[in-house]
Amino acid sequence: MLDQSYYQKADEIIAFYGKKPSSLIPVMQDIQGVYRYLPGELLTYIAKEIGVKEAKAYSVATFYENFSFEQKGKYVIKVCDGTACHVRKSAAILDAFMKELGLSDKKHTTDDMLFTVETVSCLGACGLAPTCTVNDEVHPNMTPEKVVGLITELRGEC
Amino acid sequence: MIHNRDELKECRQKAKADMETAACRILVCSGTGCIATGSEKIYNRFLKLANITPGVSVIFAPHDEDTHIGLKKTGCQGFCELGPLVRITKNDETVQYVKVQLDDCQELFERAVLGDEVVERLLYRKEKKVYRHPKEIPFIAKQTRIVLENCGRFDAESIDEYMASGGFSALEKVMFEMTSEEVIEEIDKSGLRGRGGGGFPTGRKWKQVAHQKEKVRYVVCNGDEGDPGAFMDGSVMEGDPYKLLEGMMIAGYAVGAANGYIYVRAEYPMSVSRLRHAIAEMENRNLLGDNILGTDFCFHMHINRGAGAFVCGEGSALTASIEGKRGMPRVKPPRTVEKGLWEKPTVLNNVETFANVPKIILQGADWYRSIGTAGSPGTKTFSLTGAIENTGLIEVPMGSTLREIIYDIGGGLKEGSQFKAVQIGGPSGGCLTEKHLDEPLDFDSVKKFDAIVGSGGMVVMDQHTCMVEVARFFMSFTQRESCGKCVPCREGTKRMLEILEKIVEGRGEEEDLDRLEELAAMIRSMALCGLGKSAPLPVISTLKLFRNEYLEHINEHKCAAKVCQAMRKYVINPEFCKGCSKCAKNCPVGAISGKVKYPFHIDPNICIKCGACKENCAFNAIYIEE
Repeated sequence: MLDQSYYQKADEIIAFYGKKPSSLIPVMQDIQGVYRYLPGELLTYIAKEIGVKEAKAYSVATFYENFSFEQKGKYVIKVCDGTACHVRKSAAILDAFMKELGLSDKKHTTDDMLFTVETVSCLGACGLAPTCTVNDEVHPNMTPEKVVGLITELRGEC
Repeated sequence: MIHNRDELKECRQKAKADMETAACRILVCSGTGCIATGSEKIYNRFLKLANITPGVSVIFAPHDEDTHIGLKKTGCQGFCELGPLVRITKNDETVQYVKVQLDDCQELFERAVLGDEVVERLLYRKEKKVYRHPKEIPFIAKQTRIVLENCGRFDAESIDEYMASGGFSALEKVMFEMTSEEVIEEIDKSGLRGRGGGGFPTGRKWKQVAHQKEKVRYVVCNGDEGDPGAFMDGSVMEGDPYKLLEGMMIAGYAVGAANGYIYVRAEYPMSVSRLRHAIAEMENRNLLGDNILGTDFCFHMHINRGAGAFVCGEGSALTASIEGKRGMPRVKPPRTVEKGLWEKPTVLNNVETFANVPKIILQGADWYRSIGTAGSPGTKTFSLTGAIENTGLIEVPMGSTLREIIYDIGGGLKEGSQFKAVQIGGPSGGCLTEKHLDEPLDFDSVKKFDAIVGSGGMVVMDQHTCMVEVARFFMSFTQRESCGKCVPCREGTKRMLEILEKIVEGRGEEEDLDRLEELAAMIRSMALCGLGKSAPLPVISTLKLFRNEYLEHINEHKCAAKVCQAMRKYVINPEFCKGCSKCAKNCPVGAISGKVKYPFHIDPNICIKCGACKENCAFNAIYIEE
């Protein structure tokens, strides 16, 4: 059961975009912006409020890659695997993150809920390939050594 | 509030006069690339330096005695690899500084801003030559900047700076001097073609919308730049948002639309925030909203953020996504010009297309036609990346050759790299090789080489790039992004990917190449939308140009680029091996054996090519055999 504050937050966001079916995507985006994931109960609630069927809302939420029903870590690390990064060996960067954090293809978030590692198709900073972002902040010219440093630094901040 | 044409003119003059009061302008590049290398901190440091220096002010106040310094965040200055970039304009001279670090700010501020010196050590150098002015640097000098002309010269966020640069003159011209038919006619005559990839004539599209019976119409801008390796549209949105908005408004005026939508890719948070800011600024001055400049013309602008679906770059999927649905393409006809957003006639153009419009209106169709080729007038922006010396954002006339782009502007390949191919058009495009270097590039010519101009991502590949693996990479991308609606794309891309995976894993057969070609032809002719139809292009193009590489993988189990893991052969160099046995302990499958203090040996039949031995060898005795 979600805390009441979640529903209040949802009400605020829905009021901003208006109770209409076309508000579905922006409302879900803002909810995810606040909680870093999309709580399932809240999706049911939003659907009812803006007047779309729950199944429809679910079908939209699962279609788009950005929505996640699973909680994410405090730091969401996105490793760019766009063409420019790929030819400058971004796979090694991803491997380094996975290895450093003990993650795998199946497991994206560390048990302490600090880190989530994902890939992204292009961040638009191709001139500085390979790149990654930590909560939307771009880190340029990554190397496996820099990965270790970055994780240590982020751990220190906690 | 700007109530009418005269007030707009006044505003523009005032903005220009204010700008000219600045004794000096510090232009800090604030494109995504430079922000990543720390340009925000550089900006803040300059701000602090200006604030603590008596008699200096960064905010212009008419009655102030302080020296006014213009400190501006500009759009992408282009030279991303050498960031953070800073330009300082003083006494009509602009000096380009590269790789500016926080510790350099003080010196720059004292010597170049307050003083009249040039800080030599921060200038761009190439082959012992030192370049002072941005226009002298070959990377910039050889470009023709129309769409990107304001990037690097004006503050990307400031509406006053945009007006000072002559902003909204084109909007003013169409609203007070031209009928909507004349606007469409001018765009049609200019020969402007859609920059999103297809190259459909923009004027014709607008005309088709204008001729619809339905009177409610929409203007939609496709800013869902999903091609991996392309960032031109993002740079325009964050570097010159007002120009894009002006272009869209002109389209709205021409086709009789009152609402505009911009669909921005989720991965471009800065584009969203800059556009939002720009829209709010324009609304405050009544340049957006009802009865603009005291006329009947009303126009409202909305922003929609993408949610991570590449297929939304396709027109009907994009409009479905704005409507709050799954972004899946539909069968056409009816086309977007007849039934687009909310089933109404819709002008759907890409960012760069709209950004071309204001200049065409101001300078005329004949001027535009004088640039580029007869069939594809104007310029094209490209993002130049990969194994190239100067990576960055460029704009060149249509019809420029690959050689001009790669060698004259891009500075050739990185040291130690040999040119192999250029991948153009991303997952929907193909490769160009050595033999295409001197072909002029435009919409029509590139199609003949099984590639497309596409949105303009250009990735230079060298001998360390395996073309089979590249084909697999793109196929895995399109397969993942296939929306699943039509069978040829959903199943076909999956099968093609499986075959490509088989080949890079060393299990390929020669017949696989025929299967790939058959599947490619099938998907190309039968898929529902552009994403599916163009998905096989990277395979078709690499199969044609690099068939021998495919055959090497299949018959000789050899990957010349040493990329494909399964083809690698790990060998221990007996000269370097001290016989410490560390590799044998690290090997997860027990493929390494030997006697301590004597050289060890890897059994290639057991080795799974994981690389654990090489990574941990203290003597660098393990290498990958050619």
